[in-house]
Parts: sequence; structure tokens; C-alpha cells
Amino acid sequence: MRVNINGKDQVLNDVDESTPLLWVLRDTLGLVGTKYGCGVAQCGACTVHLNGAPVRSCSIPISAVANQRITTIEGLAGKNGKLHPLQAAWIKHDVPQCGYCQAGQLMSAAALLKQTAKPTDADIDAAMSGNICRCGTYPRIREAIKTAAATRATE
Amino acid sequence: MRNSIENTTVIHNAVAAADAEVHAILQAMESRNSGLALNRRGFLKLTGFAGGGLALAFFLGNEEALAAAAPAPEFVPNAFLRIATDGTVTILSKSPEIGQGIKTAFPMIIAEELDANWDRVKVEQAPINPTVYGRQSAGGSRSIPSNWMQLRRAGATARAMLVSAAAAEWSVPASECTTEKGFVKHSSGKRLGYGELAAKAAKLPVPDEKTLTLKDRKDFKILGTRVTGVDNIKVVTGQPLFGIDQVIPNMQYAVFEKCPAVGGKVARANLDEIKQLPGVTNAFIVEGTGKPTEVMPGVAILAKSTWAAFSAKKKLKIEWDESTASKDSWSKFVAQAQELGKQAGAETLKSNGDFDKAIADSRVVEAFYTYPFVSHAPLEPQNTTASYRDGAVELWSPTQTPDGALRLVAGVLGIAPEKVTINQTRVGGGFGRRLMNDYMCEAALISKQAGVPVKLQWTREDDMQHDFYRVGGFHAFKGGIDQAGKLVAWQDHFITFTADGQRPVSGGDMSAEEFPIPQLANTRLTQTKLPLQIPCGPWRAPRSNAIAYAVQSFLAELSAAAKRDHLEFLLEVMGEPRGPNAEGTLNPARAAAVIKLAAEKAGWGKELGKGRGLGLAFHFSHAGHFAEVADVTVDENKKITINKVVVAGDIGPVVNMSGAENQVQGSVIDGFSTMLGLEVSIENGRIQQTNFDKYPLLRIPHAPKVEVHFIQSDFSPTGVGEPALPPVAPAICNAIFAATGNRVRSLPLKLDGYHV
Repeated sequence: MRVNINGKDQVLNDVDESTPLLWVLRDTLGLVGTKYGCGVAQCGACTVHLNGAPVRSCSIPISAVANQRITTIEGLAGKNGKLHPLQAAWIKHDVPQCGYCQAGQLMSAAALLKQTAKPTDADIDAAMSGNICRCGTYPRIREAIKTAAATRATE
Repeated sequence: MRNSIENTTVIHNAVAAADAEVHAILQAMESRNSGLALNRRGFLKLTGFAGGGLALAFFLGNEEALAAAAPAPEFVPNAFLRIATDGTVTILSKSPEIGQGIKTAFPMIIAEELDANWDRVKVEQAPINPTVYGRQSAGGSRSIPSNWMQLRRAGATARAMLVSAAAAEWSVPASECTTEKGFVKHSSGKRLGYGELAAKAAKLPVPDEKTLTLKDRKDFKILGTRVTGVDNIKVVTGQPLFGIDQVIPNMQYAVFEKCPAVGGKVARANLDEIKQLPGVTNAFIVEGTGKPTEVMPGVAILAKSTWAAFSAKKKLKIEWDESTASKDSWSKFVAQAQELGKQAGAETLKSNGDFDKAIADSRVVEAFYTYPFVSHAPLEPQNTTASYRDGAVELWSPTQTPDGALRLVAGVLGIAPEKVTINQTRVGGGFGRRLMNDYMCEAALISKQAGVPVKLQWTREDDMQHDFYRVGGFHAFKGGIDQAGKLVAWQDHFITFTADGQRPVSGGDMSAEEFPIPQLANTRLTQTKLPLQIPCGPWRAPRSNAIAYAVQSFLAELSAAAKRDHLEFLLEVMGEPRGPNAEGTLNPARAAAVIKLAAEKAGWGKELGKGRGLGLAFHFSHAGHFAEVADVTVDENKKITINKVVVAGDIGPVVNMSGAENQVQGSVIDGFSTMLGLEVSIENGRIQQTNFDKYPLLRIPHAPKVEVHFIQSDFSPTGVGEPALPPVAPAICNAIFAATGNRVRSLPLKLDGYHV
């Protein structure tokens, strides 16, 4: 089986086809930025992009994404290492507390900005409601998304 | 029969012993012994590290505790500040980072007195060795107050040495030199960087601490500003940081299934069938120690991947021997408590003045308050990577108490504590859950029993069903108002739980000095304890998180009955400032100041229209004074909208404004999330909730706006991870009353039909 992860083709041997994408990323490929939180697509900590759209990798078997494009948190910054405007905004607003959910939050936010360049509060609510932050950094997530949208507009 | 009674006794002893351990952990966390007056051993220069420069070693935290543990120790430094010749400033951080921001706050304090350039400050995590490092734990909001002065002196000492070095270089008096952002400057305009001076400074004697001048608060340049977390770059790029991210050579992936009712043992399990499953390498019964703080009996499965282990766990068929297992039932507890609440409690904790006479002469208000058990639910499920070999074990674990875990794990494995090595990882949420290290003990024992390195991974379901829960409880109140509308009599029958039949479970105790008891002339506090087997433990702002809800709600009932303005009533109950107030005690002047500020900023008294109201509450805990005003709209279908929560807090000077605000905002959201929809209901000893679908943590659309105001008083700074949480629930309940006339006497709100 072959999948494209962060622009790189990966050949997967010896992986059970029913294994969720999350565990292939974490255990097989060593990409541990994507997190396990609930295993039932409730918390969003495992959010990655499948062909550009946000999905919960804990609930998608690897067989369903064969030959498709996956982007994880490790692939969010540019190839030259330049941070995505959302990552820069996350640092500027000092969003994280424990930080465990933030990879998933960033991937959901990145998908939102791709679709909607200048999201409203309602857009943010709709796009981000699948991601739980147990520490309650929601006010800063909201601010950081708006900052990143503004940065993009001026770039 | 006899056997079964003996077994029950053994299990109960184990549960009681575990509860005693949890008590001891909480007590250690909240200990007010601090390093403030214990700096007599000062600073030591270190020499001989690669690259040269100036390195100072010093001691952080409680030297007395260290001295008690090992009589008359040599001075063992536990913290290091190093200025390299390239100007980089490095400090070693000894405490766990659990999201409270300590890894950023500590170096900020040093950098302030050092006048360092913050961009050149690096932080390294210290190894776990309490003999050298003293207390290495995170809890009780104690890290800042325990280390504040010593961190400042460390920075000031290094600064003084750099200034002396520069003065000698220029042959000028040190008094003509100043420092700024990593440079020493002379009045003539000459300047030298700290890196250039570090080697020379290292040759000078360490100055006597008495000669140091610490900065005036008005001259702070770093403290009180907004500094982003030192690990944020790693967090936002997904680099390995957490316990769950650890990988060691040849490790296998382990899961562990325990009885859903605590105290149950494995009678038999389909181990042979499990061992045949794809990817599974081993499956066996673990007898455990029977203590919830260590290892309960269960079945371990080892596999070649997490998914193989998770999949096999679903196919486990275990027959549990539940003769000694918990039969606890929340619905039965509620029924019992409601009966008990009609009378006074079995024990009297406090009796002041003459409550009976005072109540007989006054207008009486009675109310019965209920709050449920709740789970911590940190987003990173419990895990530990463990490698046991030849009588020694190495662990990688997300824990709040790595220091205590050394002895605990050693005891479980039957090895000496020196044979245990713990590597501290970043912690994906603490909230008090990871003060206990049961998952670490399990990983260690499974590695020992299997003879291979393992990464033990709990599922979310494991995490929710095997917690040390915030204990539920009940308050039956009776209050009396005199003719002038003053509160003159206060009675509280507190109904809580006990594991050992003696004292309340951890987090389920109540101080006889709890506000407003010391403020009033005629009071009676009684207590009844119901037997409980489910393990309980500290949950963010232990005790306070529930007591504040009941006490501050009932106070508002009294002011409403007296037809008084609640702001005026609360200030009246708080009373006049009294005497000198030590840190850690309620200071009525500080309390009144935050109450007035929150009210003012929220526009207390303004007309808001139908279905909307303001609610005010105050609580003192963890040395922090916090008042909060919630602005809430409730529609005819009981849909709640939190328009805003205004918080006023006094924790002394704020170290990192960004971190402190983040903690307060998070506390308000945590408080609302919990009061709105969270409960762990227990039937037949089993937790009914298994995952986030049934334990609905608040999501972004319903997160309220939180406005934070700090009164930066001149008291020494205290922690902010916890004290902003307790006032949230009563402020919101008081606002719901203001909006609707309905009083919420039972949490969570959803039980009354409220929703967002």
C-alpha cells in the first residue's frame, strides 16, 4: 500500500488494512505530532488533512486513504521551514497551555482558512467545534485564527 | 463466608491506604513551607563545563524538607544559571510542565533581575532526582511562591558579578555601571555584552546576598509582560514532547484491562484466544498490589502496535470476581443524603456563638445543595513507557509528581528507589489527575512481568473509568436574617464520603474556618460521611471547586431573601479588614478590593432587561483572592448564553501576564464546562460515562468571553493555576437566578434542563 504523507510517497508493508491512519502515522511512520485523544472522532486531537480536507485520523482505516494525499502537523510549515501563518499566530498569542490538542486545532484551522480567507466568528465556531481543548484556550484560538487570516491578506 | 469478609476487609484496607496516600500527596502539594527565608546557603560557582562562562548553582524550594529527609546535608544545589561566552543564558527547570506555564515563568524571574535579553534565554529540563533537586512536582499552585525570592536573587547575583567584571575591565567604580538587555553599560557610553564578560565574572567571588539590591516592581521590564511559552514552537510544529510520543528500542505496545468496578479481581480470562490474535505477542494476568494508587488486578496484553493491542483488548472476555468490588451507587447516595440533610450531622466541626437562639429570632432560609462526582479527563490519556532490566527500571512518563513516583514504583517492583530512573516528559493536562502515578506503576510491573520494554497506553475509556474522581457532595444550609437584613446565623450540614471510616476522602474535606464561618457570630458546621469505595483525589482547586458553588450560591439566596443588593451584602459579610494577614489566609481587604473591581468592571447594578442577569461570587483559595461576575441570558427554553464573565483577581505581582490570563480564561471555561454538563454517575460500582460523547467537555462555540483584571498588590506572588475556578459556578448560578428567579441547587445544570 502507498500513501502520500506531507508530499512524500510512503510504502506501507506489514500494516493491517483496518489500522486507523492515526496509528500508522504515530507507530509506523514516527510522526507523533498527530495525537490520540478519544479514538471515536469526538475530540479532534488526531485531525489531519486528507486531500486538503480535515478528517479525524483515529476513525479512518489506512486502506481508505491508499494513494491519497495526507498532510499532518509536521507538514503544515512550508518546505523551507517557514511557519504557516497560523503557527506564527499561535506563538504570538501564546495559545497553548498543555499543548496536547493544538496540532489538531491547527489542522482544523488551516483547513478553514483554505476555504474561507476571512472567517467570521460563526465560521470559526462551525470549523472548530470538533476540536476539544481541555485547558480552555478557545478565546486565544479564535484570536489567533483572525490574526493569521489578517496576515495572509497582507502577504 | 468468612473468606469473603476477610477479602472485603483486605480490599477496604487497600482502598483506605490508597486514600491515605492521596491525602499525603495533596498535603505535600499544598504545604506552605517555602524557600522564602531559607536562602542561607546562597550561591555556588560552578567550574569546568565545556565552553567556559559563568555558572551559578543554587537551591530552589524547601530546604527544610530536604534537611528533614537527610539530616545536615551538604549544600546540594538544585538549580543552575549559566551564562555562556556567546551570551546565551541557560537555566535548568526542575518542575514538570503541565500547561501551567512554569517552564516559562521561572526563567522570566531570573532574567528580570539579571537584566538579560529574553531572546537569549534557554530552558533545559532537569533530571528527576529529589536528593539533588528537592521537590519536583506540579500542584497546589505552589511553584511560584516557593521559588520567587531565590530565583530573583540568582539573577541579581549573576548581574552583580557581571557588573564587577565590567567595572574592573574599565577601571571604573561599579556604581557608574548599569545593565540593560544583556549588556553592562558605563556612563561614558562604553558597553560590554554578558557573553564577553562571562569568563571574567566567573573568576570573581560570589557576592554576599546582603549586598544585593533587588529591583523595585516599577522597574520590572520582563515580569508582568506577555511572554509566549518557551516550548510553543515545538508544540505548533508537532515535535515529540509528551509522554505518548516516547519511543524506545524494542518496545512492545501494552494495554491493561481492569475491573470496571474498583476492587474486582480476575477470575478467568480468554488469554489463549487473545494470544492468537494478529500482532499480539503476549497476554497475562497481573495480580497487582490491590491499591488504586499502584496496580489493581487486571489483564495485560502486549502487541506489535498500539492498534493491535487496542483491537485485542476489545476481544477480551474476563470473568471478574466482584465479591470485593465496589457496589457504590450515586442514586442511592443522593437519596441517603437528602434524608440526612433534614437533621444535623453526626460530627460537629465548628460551633460558634449561639446558633439556635440566633436562628429562633430571625427570618430563616433553608436550602439543600448537590454536586456530582467528576472526572479529570486530561486530553492525553494516561501512558508510560517502561524498561525493566536486571533489577532496575527506566520510565518515561507524563506525571505531576515524578519525585514521589521513584519510591512508589520501587515499592511496587520490590527494588530500591535508586534503581528507578524517571524521565520527565511534557504533560498533556494535569488538573490533579497525574499527582497519582498508578499508570506508571502498571507500566513498570508489566515490563517486569513480560521481560520486555513496553509502552503502556490507556484508552480514553480506561482513563474515564479509572480516575481519582472529584468527590460529589451535599450541603444542607440554614441561615438567619435579622430585622435589618443582616446575616446573623449560619448552619451547614456537610455530607461527604469516607474510604477508611475515619476521615473524608481526599478532596472531600471541609475546613472549620471556611468562609463565611469565621466572619459570623453564630455558626454551626456539622458533617456526615457516607462510606465509599470509588477512589477520589484532588481535582483543580480541591474542595474549593465545590464548596464555593454551595456557599456562594446560598449567600445569594440569603441576600435575595433579605431583599438586599448582593454586592453590598457580600461586602458586609466579608466585614472589616482585620490584623496583619499572612500569605495563605483570607484577607478581607484584598477580598473586598477584588469584589468591588469585578462589580465595577461588569457594570453591576445596570438594567439588563428580561431574561438576562448578573451574578457575583467570590472565593479565596490557593492564596489567591478572586471575584467574578457572570452576565447570563436564559431564554424560555432554558437555553443559556454566557455573554461575558468578568474576573478580578489578586495574586500579588503577575509574573507572566500572558500565562496568567490564559490560566484564568481556562479556569473560567473549565468551571463552566464542568457545571454545565459534566458528571460521573456511578451505579453498581461502575462509572456510567466512557468517552467524550457522554462526558461533553465544552466546545468553542459555547466558550464565554472572559475579561481578566489583576490587582497587582505588593504581596508576594502566588499561583494562578487554580484559584480562578471556584467562583465561576456560583457566579453563573447567581446570574441565572437574576435572569429567571430560578435557583440552581444541583449540578450539573443540564439535569435541570439548561443547555447551551
